[in-house]
Amino acid sequence: MAKQKNLYRDHHFNQIKTGWNVVFSIILCLISLLMLIPLVLIVVVSFSSEASIALNGFSFFPTEWTLVGYKYLAKMGDQILVSYRITIIITILGTLMSLFVMTMYAYVLAQKNFVFRKFFMWILFFTMLFSGGLVPSYIMNVRYLHINDSIWIFLLPSLVSVYNVIILRTFILTTIPDTLFEAARIDGAGHFRVYVSIVLPLFKAGIATIALFNVVSRWNDWFTGMLYIKKASLIPLQTMLKNIQDNIDFLKQNAEVAGTPDGIAFLNSLPDQNLRMACTIIVIVPILCAYPFFQRYFVQGLTMGSVKE
Amino acid sequence: MLKTLTPKKRFRREDLPLYIMALPTVVWLVIFCYLPIFGLVMAFQDLNITKGIWGSPFVGLKNFQFLFVSTDAWVITRNTVCYNLVFIAVNLILAVLMSLLLSELRSRMMAKTLQTIYMLPHFLSWAVVAIVLGAFLDYDYGIVNRVMINLGRQTTKLDWYQQRSLWPGLLVGINAWKNVGYSTVLYLAVISGISQDYYEAAVLDGANKLQQAWYITIPHMRLVIGVSLILSMGNIFRGDFGLFYVVTKNSGRIYAVTDVIDTYIYRALTSLSNVGMSTAAGLYQSVVGFVLVLFFNWVVTKIDADSAMF
Repeated sequence: MAKQKNLYRDHHFNQIKTGWNVVFSIILCLISLLMLIPLVLIVVVSFSSEASIALNGFSFFPTEWTLVGYKYLAKMGDQILVSYRITIIITILGTLMSLFVMTMYAYVLAQKNFVFRKFFMWILFFTMLFSGGLVPSYIMNVRYLHINDSIWIFLLPSLVSVYNVIILRTFILTTIPDTLFEAARIDGAGHFRVYVSIVLPLFKAGIATIALFNVVSRWNDWFTGMLYIKKASLIPLQTMLKNIQDNIDFLKQNAEVAGTPDGIAFLNSLPDQNLRMACTIIVIVPILCAYPFFQRYFVQGLTMGSVKE
Repeated sequence: MLKTLTPKKRFRREDLPLYIMALPTVVWLVIFCYLPIFGLVMAFQDLNITKGIWGSPFVGLKNFQFLFVSTDAWVITRNTVCYNLVFIAVNLILAVLMSLLLSELRSRMMAKTLQTIYMLPHFLSWAVVAIVLGAFLDYDYGIVNRVMINLGRQTTKLDWYQQRSLWPGLLVGINAWKNVGYSTVLYLAVISGISQDYYEAAVLDGANKLQQAWYITIPHMRLVIGVSLILSMGNIFRGDFGLFYVVTKNSGRIYAVTDVIDTYIYRALTSLSNVGMSTAAGLYQSVVGFVLVLFFNWVVTKIDADSAMF
C-alpha cells in the first residue's frame, strides 16, 4: 500500500530513463531538421545574390547576401498582387460558402429522428466510392456550366467536401447532446431556430476546424487554375508558382513594364533564381505563420475524421 | 437502401426545414457528382467537343482497345498501385514509430514543438514542394550536382529529371516527407487519450516500456490505424496528381516510373485532346477502384466486423 502511494507521488512515474530520453530526443530532432532544412534552403537562396548563385549554385552559405529578389518582386509585382488578391478572395468567399452549405447538411445528417437520414447519408457517401473522374467533370464545367475562366470555377466545384461533411456530422453527434435538441423542439423551436441559435454557437470548435481545412486546401490549390484559367487576372498564387517553376519568364510576361523597350530591357536584367525563391517564400509565409495558432483545431479535426459513428 | 424506406417512413410536415437545409448540397451532388457519372458514356464515343455528348457517334470499345493494346494501361496501373502500397506501408511504420517516441519524451514543450515542425510540410502545396526539390536537383545550380562533383563522385552534371533509377525511391521519400507528420500527429492524439490506469497497472505487474507499447499502446491505436488504412486502400487506384505531375516536372524520359493513371488521364485530355480515351481510362479507374473498395471492405468484415466501412 505504502509503495503504491509513493509511485503516484513520484513525478517521474513510468518515465523513460534519462539515457533513452536523450537518444529519442536526438533521433526526433534529426527528423525535424530533415523537415526544416529544405525550407531553410529556399529562404537562404531568396536572400542570395545572383553572382553568388552563379558561382556556387544554390547553397546554404552564399558568399553574398542581398534583398534584390524581394525588391524586384515589389517593383514588378503586378501579377503577384493580382494573384494574391484573387487567392484571398476565393479562399475567404469559398470557405464561407462551403461552411454555410456543409454545416446545414451535417445538421440534417445528425438528426437521429429524421426518417430519410440514411438516404441523405448514402447519396453523400456513395460519391466517395464512385465518381465520374476528371474528364466528365471537365466537360460539365466547360461545356455545360461555362464556368471555366471565371471565379466560379474556384467556388462551385469545391463547394462541398464529402469527407468534411462527415467529420462535421461526427462533431455535432459527439459534442451536442441529443437532449438539447429535444428540449429545444419541445419548447417549440423549429429546425432553423435550433440550427442558428443552438448548433452554430455550441459548435465553434468544429466549424473552426473545418474552416481551417478549407482555407488550407483553397490556398494550396494550383490544379484548378492550371486546368481552367487562361486569364492572367484570375491566376491564383499556387498556379502562378507552378508557372514560375516551368518558366520564370511567366512573371516577366505579365509585368506592366513589359510594354516598353526599356521595360523589356529591365526585365531581362532581373535576377531569376532568387526572384523565384522570394516568390515561393511570400506564397507560403501566410499559411506557415497562421498554422501554429490553429494547430489545436487541426489535431481535433484529424481525430474526428477517424471516428466512426 | 430502398428496403429501409418502409411505408411508415414518409414525409412529415415538421421535417420540411430539414429538406430545405439539405437542398443546396443535394443540388451540388447532382450537378457535380451524379451527372458527371453519366458523362462516362463518352468512353464509348468518338467525342466531338462541338457536338457534345448528344451528338457524338458511339464507337463501342474502340477507346478501351486503344488504351489496352499499348503497354500504357499496364504501366500506369502498376505504378499507381505499387506506389500507393509502398506509401501506405512506409508512412504507417514511420508514423507509428515516431508517435511512440514522441509520446515518451520527458519534455512536453519539446514534443509539442517537434509535432508542429513535423506537420509543416503538410501545409505546403505540391507546387511549392516541386520548387524546393528543384533547389536540390536543378541541373545548373542544384545542390546535388555541385556536391557530387566537389566530392568527386561525379565528373559531369547530371539531369536528375531524366534519371529513371532515382525516382521510385525519391517519390517514396518525398511523399513520406510531406505526409508522415500528419499521421504522426493523429496517432499521438490517440496515444495521449489512453487512460494512464492501464500503464500504472502494467508497471505494478512489472512490464517494461517495450511491453507497454506492444500490449497497451499499439492495441489502442488499432481502430484509428484501421480506419485510416481503409480510407487509403479505397484510394489505392488514385495517384496523387501533384506528386507525379508537378514534382517530376512532367518529365517524359521518366514516365516509365512516374506515370500514374491520373497523370495519364490529364495528358490524354490536355495534350492529346483525346477525350474518348481519357474518359475510358477514367472509367477504368473508377470501376476497378470501386470493386477494390467493395472487396477490401468485404475482407475487413471477415476479419473484424467493427472496423468495416459499411
